[in-house]
Amino acid sequence: MDIVQNILEIIENDPKIDISEIAALTGRSDEEIRDCVCQLEGDGTIRKYKTIIDWDKVNNGFVYAIIEIKVSLERETGYNVVADRISKFPEVRSVRLMSGDHDLSLTIRGKSMKRVAFFVAEKIATLPQVQSTATHFVLKTYKEDGVILHETEHTERLPIVA
Amino acid sequence: MKQSTQSASRLLHKRQMRVSDTVQSVPPSGIRRFFDLANELEGVISLGVGEPDFVTPWHIRESCIHALEQGYTSYTSNQGLPELREEIAGTFMRNHSLHYDPNEEILITTGVSEGIDLAMRAILNRGDEVIVSEPCYVSYVPTVIFAGGVPVTVATGIENDFKVTAERIEDAVTEKTRAIMINYPNNPTGATMGKKDLEEIADVATKYDLIVISDEIYDKLTYDGKHTCFSSLNGMITNTVVFNGFSKSHAMTGLRVGYALGSSDIIGAMTKIHQYTMLCAPITSQMAAIDALRNGRVEVERMVREYDRRRHLIISGFNRIGLDCFWGKGAFYAFPSIAGLGMTADEFAERLMLEKRVAVVPGDVFGDCGSGFLRCSYAASRDDIKEALLRIGEFVESITGDGIA
Repeated sequence: MDIVQNILEIIENDPKIDISEIAALTGRSDEEIRDCVCQLEGDGTIRKYKTIIDWDKVNNGFVYAIIEIKVSLERETGYNVVADRISKFPEVRSVRLMSGDHDLSLTIRGKSMKRVAFFVAEKIATLPQVQSTATHFVLKTYKEDGVILHETEHTERLPIVA
Repeated sequence: MKQSTQSASRLLHKRQMRVSDTVQSVPPSGIRRFFDLANELEGVISLGVGEPDFVTPWHIRESCIHALEQGYTSYTSNQGLPELREEIAGTFMRNHSLHYDPNEEILITTGVSEGIDLAMRAILNRGDEVIVSEPCYVSYVPTVIFAGGVPVTVATGIENDFKVTAERIEDAVTEKTRAIMINYPNNPTGATMGKKDLEEIADVATKYDLIVISDEIYDKLTYDGKHTCFSSLNGMITNTVVFNGFSKSHAMTGLRVGYALGSSDIIGAMTKIHQYTMLCAPITSQMAAIDALRNGRVEVERMVREYDRRRHLIISGFNRIGLDCFWGKGAFYAFPSIAGLGMTADEFAERLMLEKRVAVVPGDVFGDCGSGFLRCSYAASRDDIKEALLRIGEFVESITGDGIA
């Protein structure tokens, strides 16, 4: 297996893993792994080491909403200008250009539904390129980024079998 | 009191009389004792299991559910669902350029274990000999005996990376030899054999006109190099019965479905026995197997990549704590040596279980030449492997420490 792909898959599933353990799992030296990870961080392949938190388990957590946006494009600027502008708001967790009946899809996070709704009305809908918005509040997250949140699978194996 | 002892012994005697000599002659699996021991203790980390710690990929489980919803609960044809046999034929054509006729040369079994039993019963006359390369899976020798054959074991060893040599096999050939039984990638050693190694075995088989029974259940779990299907070797397609299945590659042990490939006379004979005994493999599992072959590649590859990481972790770990372990390139077993510690593998495994709560299987369970080794499955989570290595390290230190004091 390609060593870069191998390292990336290991880190993606376990960002807290240390260099020497990656070395043990791949049969390479610590130095080799350190150099490779440094390079992947340096060239922006590895962007950030992230934690997935089930905010429903925390008092005073967050509410999330998915916002669909239709955009009118100005000559020569394209989607990037408006997408960049929207991306700069810290409330906006993700910005994606979509195929289908709307153009951009945003994930917004806020302390309450009211705050999210006002943020969309005041900051997003008022942008000159934005034609329309549709807000969908998230009621419950079952799976986030490949991680199932609402339950874990548990199966018993016999301790010794040939 | 005396009377009750007498009647108890009479009962015992009567019970023994009721069981056939053949079955009585076969000892129970050496693993059994450890199984009972492990069950009594709490907090045991198990490296003793010959099955994946992954659950069957969801798309395969989903296809089981779908099959049940659609009412697929009946018998299938004795040979197995035609779609599954065609899918298997397609796979062997794509992967090995081998042509197997799905109507006459493929039989769906309830796992490889059943298939091997069928093959032995199909080819052996009373007293025929089968050369079995050891260490090997616990069922091979008993299966030969139950079929009225005589197992002739040949040893493999660490000096040859547990590959069976043509020379040893040829030495074991007699007038009564009917078949050679091999299993690569190997349980319990993790050994693999390259094309050239296998060709030498094929030459012996051709020379003496022997059937090769090749259990290739671990073929997908080959981490270094490429697996060679025995029947793809020159002239071997008609003289080989290949066994494979889904238990290990697709984490489907409990679904009990596998298959046998071979020439129509042998597969036909096996089908006859299967028809009168098993009837057919469970239809739910056969439906699942179709989906496994059609859509399973991504998940299989993901699991194989993870096993390979654990392989590095566990083998380098054993070497670090002073248990020499050769770099097996297949299956999911490490086979470290405990030579020089002054105890048998059986004692080691028992004390390790009692003192450190780690379950491993002593190598002599898989044949005499496995003595002095432990079979440690790395189909266990990385955390469990790390913790087990830590405990085994402590245990080894306590022994070597004792020795010096």
